[in-house]
Amino acid sequence: MEITGAQALIKSLEREGVEVVFGLPGGAILPVYDPILDSPIRHILVRHEQGAGHMAEGYALATGRPGVAMVTSGPGATNIVTPIANAHMDSTPLVVVTGQVARAAIGTDAFQECDITGITMGITKHNFLVSSPHEIPRAVAAAFHIATTGRPGPVLVDLPKDVAQSRMEWWYPEGLEELDLPGYRPLVGLDEAELERAAALLATSERPVLYVGGGVLKARAHEQLRAFAERTRIPVVTTLMARGAFPDSHELALGMPGMHGTYAAVTALQRADLLLAVGTRFDDRVTGRVSAFAPGAKVIHVDIDAAEINKIRRVEVALRADAAGALGALEEMGAAPANLDVWWKEIRTWQESYPLTYDPPVEAGPLRPQHVIESIHAASPEGTVVAAGVGQHQMWASQFWRFEEPGTWINSGGAGTMGFGVPAAIGAKVGRPERTVWCIDGDGCFQMTAQELTTARAEGIPIKVAILNNAYLGMVRQWQEMFYEERYSEVYLDADLPDYVKWAEAMGCVGLRARTPAEMRVAIEEANAINDVPVVVDFRTDTSEKVFPMVAAGASNDDIMVHPSQRGRA
Amino acid sequence: MSPEPFLGDVEHSPVRHHILSVLVENKAGVLARVAGLFARRGFNIYSLAVAPAESHERFSRITIVVDAETAPLEQVFGQLHKLVNVVDISDIAPDDAVERELLLATIATDVDNRTSLLDVIGAANASIIDVDAHHVTVMLAATPEGCDALERALEAHPGVELHRTGRVAVPRLGVPTHEPARSR
Ligand SMILES: Cc1ncc(C[n+]2csc(CCOP(=O)(O)OP(=O)(O)O)c2C)c(N)n1
Ligand SMILES: [Mg+2]
Repeated sequence: MEITGAQALIKSLEREGVEVVFGLPGGAILPVYDPILDSPIRHILVRHEQGAGHMAEGYALATGRPGVAMVTSGPGATNIVTPIANAHMDSTPLVVVTGQVARAAIGTDAFQECDITGITMGITKHNFLVSSPHEIPRAVAAAFHIATTGRPGPVLVDLPKDVAQSRMEWWYPEGLEELDLPGYRPLVGLDEAELERAAALLATSERPVLYVGGGVLKARAHEQLRAFAERTRIPVVTTLMARGAFPDSHELALGMPGMHGTYAAVTALQRADLLLAVGTRFDDRVTGRVSAFAPGAKVIHVDIDAAEINKIRRVEVALRADAAGALGALEEMGAAPANLDVWWKEIRTWQESYPLTYDPPVEAGPLRPQHVIESIHAASPEGTVVAAGVGQHQMWASQFWRFEEPGTWINSGGAGTMGFGVPAAIGAKVGRPERTVWCIDGDGCFQMTAQELTTARAEGIPIKVAILNNAYLGMVRQWQEMFYEERYSEVYLDADLPDYVKWAEAMGCVGLRARTPAEMRVAIEEANAINDVPVVVDFRTDTSEKVFPMVAAGASNDDIMVHPSQRGRA
Repeated sequence: MSPEPFLGDVEHSPVRHHILSVLVENKAGVLARVAGLFARRGFNIYSLAVAPAESHERFSRITIVVDAETAPLEQVFGQLHKLVNVVDISDIAPDDAVERELLLATIATDVDNRTSLLDVIGAANASIIDVDAHHVTVMLAATPEGCDALERALEAHPGVELHRTGRVAVPRLGVPTHEPARSR
């Protein structure tokens, strides 16, 4: 069967089981937008290509399936660079198709030409410039294979316009051989000797901690994790990328470690004699000053990406493997420490002395941001999916929401991309339409990508957005307050400019506002009752609130600052 | 290709160097991927040589001399292996390697320097491969140290234009190549 390259591209996406593509057309990708009309694949027309990328990420994080975005060349392609970088940092499987100028025009500074494979070389797992229509099926199949296997990540396929317009004889690669990837061998076997050494270290450990990262979610290893933790009774900390990998309600859960982690999680890592680090990369936001991190601990590191092992921290045992496989194998061996009662007793005192806390709500307002998050959690259905922007509100969301299952926390970790929340929430809702999806956003973040609510309204994607409106770039303000002698430089935003309610209404959404706890409860109830259009609630929160606990950048985790109300406690 | 952008501040023939022999797919942009990775990760390259490998159509071999001070070898291996177009890497410790490099130099000649120049060329075992009335071009294929020695000797002569290829290496026979921490 002879078809065009453009038809082959769409057909290839269909073969890969793609149900939705987020994108926006333009000159170089125009040929591909024609066969979309005849395809069962749903296309969601975004208002800015950054939105398409973050939507694809939100979709991937909520469903575990690769997200797909499609944009035109030049500015279309550069607009999606931020989401690609974000997905690269957070190991999110993404396939991004970009239009490119015709082959003969490449290298001539043609209209809307840009070297997007060059630009994204360092922020993709791999990228392809497709050189002939015959190669399209192979490039697409390879892109999905690479994006979703091993340590997942974004893959970009750059498609010159004339390649899309030329004809080809349809074919599709059968099996890995035909993908022609002689250098790509993502699967690693478990090393028996290393497993034995891991079991031996576990057996003699008295203060072990399961330091769980996003890799556990990527490997869908949450059940293996739970079985292993419950049998061994090893305490579990879940990093910002791993929230939902282990239920927060579980008695073994200590919550999030790191710069804004719980006192118990941070301190357990510091005092541990053994870290079982699974699918995690010793990020500086977790370790604080590396030389002072978990000083007494030996480390067993499980990671599918061998380059992560010994990158930041020298380890005693390396298991270069998938988290599910490694945890499953350790479980089969019955590897376990002896009695952890003394260790747990110590941990319980930290939990009791320094729980997450905040000042009591004030009836007259302004609202406590933590109270808003807890109230939304309490009033929303079980299994609600939460997306966040980046800043104080993100940390509070991670701290005060209770995550019970995978795929319910949609967040930008490694890159910390402001503006991620709204589009990511839209993507998550597209992937899991049966779930309630809330975006906990900052007023600063909201202003970066709010235009995608127009997309949400137009496409019938009823997400809910809570703006924790503190009139500031709050996280930066917090640092200026604490480390720059309250010299506030370029962080004030104004709570009334823009008028978020009117803005929401202008985009076809319902806009609500709440200034007091009483108004807040009503607004949340109203928002949860609306299921046909997106809702935006402008929660007026206290500007002076800060995120605690906190470990200052570059400081030792031993120097954790707790909430002011807890200072001086034993 | 010039290694300028990532050429670190390293001495000639550094003591703490390692030789990586990297087999890559012969595809557009592969050299940029490898060079970009080194630049991005702050690994210093001392020299880099690239040419088609045994099976010419599909693969090329890149010989990279890395400064082992700036780059823990395990990291270099792990990160390189993640490049999809990198098929195989072997690491040859300097002591276990047979290394050679090619040097070409064109030198202005006159009656005054001709004799001393011929002495230098003879002593280095270099050969004269081109001449005209006022110049001579010499070639030396030798160890990097041998090339260093000739380069130093020629520095005394004004009007020298000198090119070196960067080394290539193979394991000394009878010594197994070793590959720490395969990433896949
Ligand atoms: C794109 C981008 N620009 C700048 C920053 C730096 N930054 C981190 S948090 C933050 C403030 C976010 O403000 P807001 O969305 O209002 O959240 P808040 O901290 O007030 O809750 C800024 C500017 C960033 N992370 N991302
Ligand atoms: Mg704010």
